[in-house]
Amino acid sequence: MGVITNITSFSRNGLSDWLLQRVTAVIITVYICFVTFYFLAQPNLDYDQWRNLNGLFSMKVLNVLTVVSIAIHSWIGLWGVLTDYVTVRLLGPKATFLRVLFQIGMITITLIYLIWALDIVWGI
Amino acid sequence: MNKKRPVNLDIGTMHLPITAYVSILHRISGVVLFAIVALFLWMLDSSLSSEEDFNSLKECMTSLIPQIIIWLSLAALAYHLVAGLRHMVMDFGFGETLKGGQLGAKIVLILSALLIILAGVWIWV
Repeated sequence: MGVITNITSFSRNGLSDWLLQRVTAVIITVYICFVTFYFLAQPNLDYDQWRNLNGLFSMKVLNVLTVVSIAIHSWIGLWGVLTDYVTVRLLGPKATFLRVLFQIGMITITLIYLIWALDIVWGI
Repeated sequence: MNKKRPVNLDIGTMHLPITAYVSILHRISGVVLFAIVALFLWMLDSSLSSEEDFNSLKECMTSLIPQIIIWLSLAALAYHLVAGLRHMVMDFGFGETLKGGQLGAKIVLILSALLIILAGVWIWV
């Protein structure tokens, strides 16, 4: 069971996952704070302003850092939730198969989000 | 293994402490946010693809149902963020005692409730 739970974790290493969860959280928080204050400062935001902002190289860097962080953060977080609740102890012998299935589904959705997000923010 | 061995920790019958509620809400809000990423990406996509899409998104945000969905999404985000900050404060060694953990949990609930109210003020006032 140890092998099964470990091969789907993000970095295959608990300490590394722990640190990455915090680093990505800080990056996402910086993005949320920036965008919130930007929206508050620009209550009548129009399309050109919004597009120019996201076209800046510095904003593109923040956008890409944020979407990559969201992908890593949700992978690590959902892995933790799935390995805690979709277990043989709670759900019986089929749990291992079910958990790996959920994990593969979660990882696939995460990667689709990431590709979609990169396509949105880098092409401007 | 003996299948009749006693299981003492039947969580369903136990009265959970405030720290447990704060923790499980952090997990639930995280799972919910994973779904909300799709909504936010869709909004980001339309807001940047053309002026017409930007304006129709802005128009959409003036009706009640989308406003409620955004408010609930911001609520999940605000709670998850504040509860995450508590983890990092504890990583630095603050609030790790029983009393400290309970105080931290209360602060998380109060602070996130405040942010959720402010998000509502931002949307509706």
